Amino acid sequence: MGNGPSVLEASITTHSPIGIQNERNTSVVEFHDVHKLFTSKEKTTVALKGVTFTVNKGDIFGVIGFSGAGKSTLLRTVNLLERPTSGKVIVGGKDVTKLSVAELRNTKKDIGMIFQQFHLLETKTVFENVSMPLLLSQTPKKQIQDRVFELLSFVGLTEKAKHYPDQLSGGQKQRVGIARALATNPSILLCDEATSALDPETTASILQLLKRVNKEYNITILMITHEMNVIKEVCNRVAVMSQGEVIELGNVLDVFANPQTETARNFVKSVVPDNIPPGVFRILEANRGKSRIFKIQFIGEGSGQPMISQVAKRFKCDANVLFGNITELQGIPFGNLIVELQGSEPEISRAYQFMLQQNAIVKEIL
Amino acid sequence: MEVSSAQVVQAIYETLYMVGVSLVFATLIGLSLGILLVVTRKGHILENQAVFSTLNPIINVLRSVPFIILLVAIIPFTRLIVGTSIGTTAAIVPLVIYTGPYIARLVENSLLEVNAGIIEAAEAMGATPVQIIFRFLIPETLGSLILSITTATIGLIGATAMAGAVGGGGIGDLAITYGYQRFSTITIVATVVILVIMVQSLQSFGNVLARRIRRK
Repeated sequence: MGNGPSVLEASITTHSPIGIQNERNTSVVEFHDVHKLFTSKEKTTVALKGVTFTVNKGDIFGVIGFSGAGKSTLLRTVNLLERPTSGKVIVGGKDVTKLSVAELRNTKKDIGMIFQQFHLLETKTVFENVSMPLLLSQTPKKQIQDRVFELLSFVGLTEKAKHYPDQLSGGQKQRVGIARALATNPSILLCDEATSALDPETTASILQLLKRVNKEYNITILMITHEMNVIKEVCNRVAVMSQGEVIELGNVLDVFANPQTETARNFVKSVVPDNIPPGVFRILEANRGKSRIFKIQFIGEGSGQPMISQVAKRFKCDANVLFGNITELQGIPFGNLIVELQGSEPEISRAYQFMLQQNAIVKEIL
Repeated sequence: MEVSSAQVVQAIYETLYMVGVSLVFATLIGLSLGILLVVTRKGHILENQAVFSTLNPIINVLRSVPFIILLVAIIPFTRLIVGTSIGTTAAIVPLVIYTGPYIARLVENSLLEVNAGIIEAAEAMGATPVQIIFRFLIPETLGSLILSITTATIGLIGATAMAGAVGGGGIGDLAITYGYQRFSTITIVATVVILVIMVQSLQSFGNVLARRIRRK
């Protein structure tokens, strides 16, 4: 493993995407041993089994899991759309399960929520949809008008104010959903599979918008998704859920670099594949004995490709990239390369030793 | 003996009077009961097993009684409410009791069409149950509610034909007493034409209104 982990830590502190250093330990949402049982006549289903973690101010926190993992239930305990069977959910310092009906209603104005299916009022215009949360709290008309137009300009839908939801595309509907969720100026935004109904291009633009929400309005985001790509694009922290439990928790870079569980590994693979493609295998079989194959996993700059060109320069061997996958996590390159070294045995061994000393994880695979 | 045009005008007036007044009360009752049937059911915003399981069978029973029976059966109740059991006004009480539960069922069906996600979004915004009903459920289904009430009104016109049994008068009564019992074909034809025009224009009006609200 070499000195991989220390590089990781350094990268995270210097590349923190949202500049949260000053307030990084202010918790916004805390789950303490949250359990949820659904009881029906036939059977009892356990949806959450002792979930504990903290979302800090400024986080874009992603919860990932397959359907049925309990992530949707977990998200709904924050604004008590689902009441936990036991455990505490602390939002802004207060345990929401202990709030009175009126207090809870006030707390909800501090928690925006967007949905996979948008849930806009079909009979209301975009303007009326966005103004709804403000109408509910008896905001003066002039104030509503100003706020709604500010939000519509933020999400880029000023011209659509008088349109109805069925005249909008999916991406535009979600923008309305976001504007509506921000109307009461919340400090937390809950995203329930917000991009799962959208095509990849629209997903990317909605994710960019969520990043802006986080930065410009300083709103902490808690999102659930089954797409690792979403986590990769916007989150700084991630929890992996399976069967009602958090099985892995940490900074996104850590989880991507070093997934501990099979589920997490599979999610990481869905975005950063590291399987050797069958075509490459055929070449390997043909060249068996003539060369050695290495897998290089690298994080951060100054590793990966520069290392390979150095290997080729310093040692009498040819470096041949068979397969590669490079992506960016919070602006930091991250990926896998499968490299074939051809040459005399001693030279390859020396090159291998050299690679092991660099800032990357190198493994011989054949 | 043929009917005079004055009698026809009087009958039209009586029908419109019975339908109009009954409709107002039946809609108020039906709307309230319909909303209650929706919001008190399991998992809804004001879940209340007691209210739901009391209301549900009562509405079913009232909906099962044929109007002509109901008309006679509740005579003591009618006398209690309007002071008499005979005449046009007296016919209104059974008409309301007959139509109210019908509207309640139609309203219930309309409100149940609202996507559960909309209610969830409303709850996430911190809307009160009253706000959810009047700002989300009703506006989202207004078009369908108007069509439901149109259907109920047409049923009401049909029911007024039986109001003659308690001396309620109206077009239906005219058709029976003059047209059927005195073999006046022209009266039958005339009353049917009047009823067709009434129902037709009502339905068109309802459709236009609903379409406006649903803005197609």
